[in-house]
Amino acid sequence: MRRLTWFNVTSLSLGFAFLYLPMLILITYSFNSSKLVTVWAGFSTKWYGELLQNEAFLDAAWVTVQVAVVSSSIATVLGTMAALVLVRAGRFPGRTLFSGMVYAPLVMPEVITGLSLLLLFIGIGLDRGIFTIILAHTTFSMCFVSVVVSSRLVTFDDSLEEAALDLGCSSFQAFRLVTLPIIAPAVISGWLLAFTLSLDDLVIASFTAGPSSTTLPIKIWSAVRLGVSPEINALSTIMIAIVAVGVITASLITKRASLRQQADERAAVHA
Amino acid sequence: MRRFALIALPYAWLLALFLVPFIIVLKISLSDIDLAIPPYTPTLDFSEGWAGIKAFFRGLDFENFVFLTTDDLYWKAYISSLKIALIATALTLLVGYPIAYGMANAPDHWRPTLMMLVILPFWTSFLIRVYSWMGILSTEGYLNQFLLGLGLISEPLTILNTPTAVYIGIVYTYLPFMILPIYSALERMDGSLLEAAEDLGCSRLKAFWLITVPLSKTGIIAGCFLVFIPTIGEFVIPSLLGGSQTLMIGKVLWEEFFNNRDWPVAGAVAVVLLLILIIPIVLFQRNEQKQRELEG
Repeated sequence: MRRLTWFNVTSLSLGFAFLYLPMLILITYSFNSSKLVTVWAGFSTKWYGELLQNEAFLDAAWVTVQVAVVSSSIATVLGTMAALVLVRAGRFPGRTLFSGMVYAPLVMPEVITGLSLLLLFIGIGLDRGIFTIILAHTTFSMCFVSVVVSSRLVTFDDSLEEAALDLGCSSFQAFRLVTLPIIAPAVISGWLLAFTLSLDDLVIASFTAGPSSTTLPIKIWSAVRLGVSPEINALSTIMIAIVAVGVITASLITKRASLRQQADERAAVHA
Repeated sequence: MRRFALIALPYAWLLALFLVPFIIVLKISLSDIDLAIPPYTPTLDFSEGWAGIKAFFRGLDFENFVFLTTDDLYWKAYISSLKIALIATALTLLVGYPIAYGMANAPDHWRPTLMMLVILPFWTSFLIRVYSWMGILSTEGYLNQFLLGLGLISEPLTILNTPTAVYIGIVYTYLPFMILPIYSALERMDGSLLEAAEDLGCSRLKAFWLITVPLSKTGIIAGCFLVFIPTIGEFVIPSLLGGSQTLMIGKVLWEEFFNNRDWPVAGAVAVVLLLILIIPIVLFQRNEQKQRELEG
């Protein structure tokens, strides 16, 4: 018995207004020609122009993308391995410690993760830079990947892989040809999650970055501490647009894939 | 052999980059501050052999933890973080429940869109979402302009740099974490239970309290912990929206480390923060397990 009462409609409208109004205001005022951010003085795209001239921001953006691509890719491999271990490896010495270490970073406050990694890097005399941020981001995002992939692996039918083994596949071939294609959507969403977490991270990057490896969030942070600025509004708008396009495309692709799968299944039943 | 490699690689990675760093924090929290690089003693020196190890352990003490109890700042920051997290969690529940409830009652073909609208902000930068409120809440900000324009207030309200702004920021950024588990609990609910209750003479409000709320309990608990646990150690929101009035432990730790450069005390602050977090984390795990058993 589902009823969309006036109460439901009101709470949905107010709720989504609350979620989206701040971002809409931000986007609107990024096109404001005035330097005074709260006074509307006409439409202009000049802040976008200035942003593209600002080398410090462009450098930081490039560092951020490099870190995000590399760390999320390593994290996807390690996280998928960790998921396979958790779901399939059965008992082995130190299993409890292992699963503890996979889940703990998910709830660990970022300030503690950042602090502890910084102290490690200083302790072993590793110079801070892009490499240390990648190590740090890989460590926490592999845990998120592993949670996403293991939730898919739990529902995986083991007999499919056994069949491949019976038909003469090596265990690696069976994984590559049977298991991987089936868990691929989870692996891809794990990668996307790791990628966004890395793009977004301020706290851990601040602890593990060196002076020559400022990421975009660190740059934004030092700018917004001084107050609202039209350039940051323009930068935020670009970032929001990229995410919105990405999320909407991804959801359309998964929708089409599931429709195709349904069609395939129907065809298989009729055949 | 292959199984060994599969286990060993992620295991070694997590040992080296999660467990070892944490042990180092523990160790530094038991050390003394020193004007050197690194700024603490003792450091473990294996080159001196057994004597070095003995000197290392003799140098460790609980001074920094005693210091945390003697200086007002720290325990006030812990209490204030817990208080802010608790109130903010309750507010997020009040805002999030009606939205989740509305989503669960929406027509089937709306739901994927509504779901995507809840998830979309979660993928956008946390920093930007917090920042967007700075322009709204400041004295000359959009909210004050709006209220002054309507004639509802005659003086601009001071909201930015107060705890109120922190509550708004937390509710705003953590709302999806509250909505999603409650929505998934409500969606699974059998609607005929409500029909039965109403047929038997229950008012709709009473049916809501007696049936809907208890059946969405696991979702409510999960949502509350998902908001409460990360909020305690929150750094970005109190720093951008809270001003100097708002005391939260994540901010204290950051300042202790970057501004005062007192690593041992920062380490001790981190260890105590983790000890505080263990209780809600264990309770959360138990709730998740109970839910898994129910789904069987």
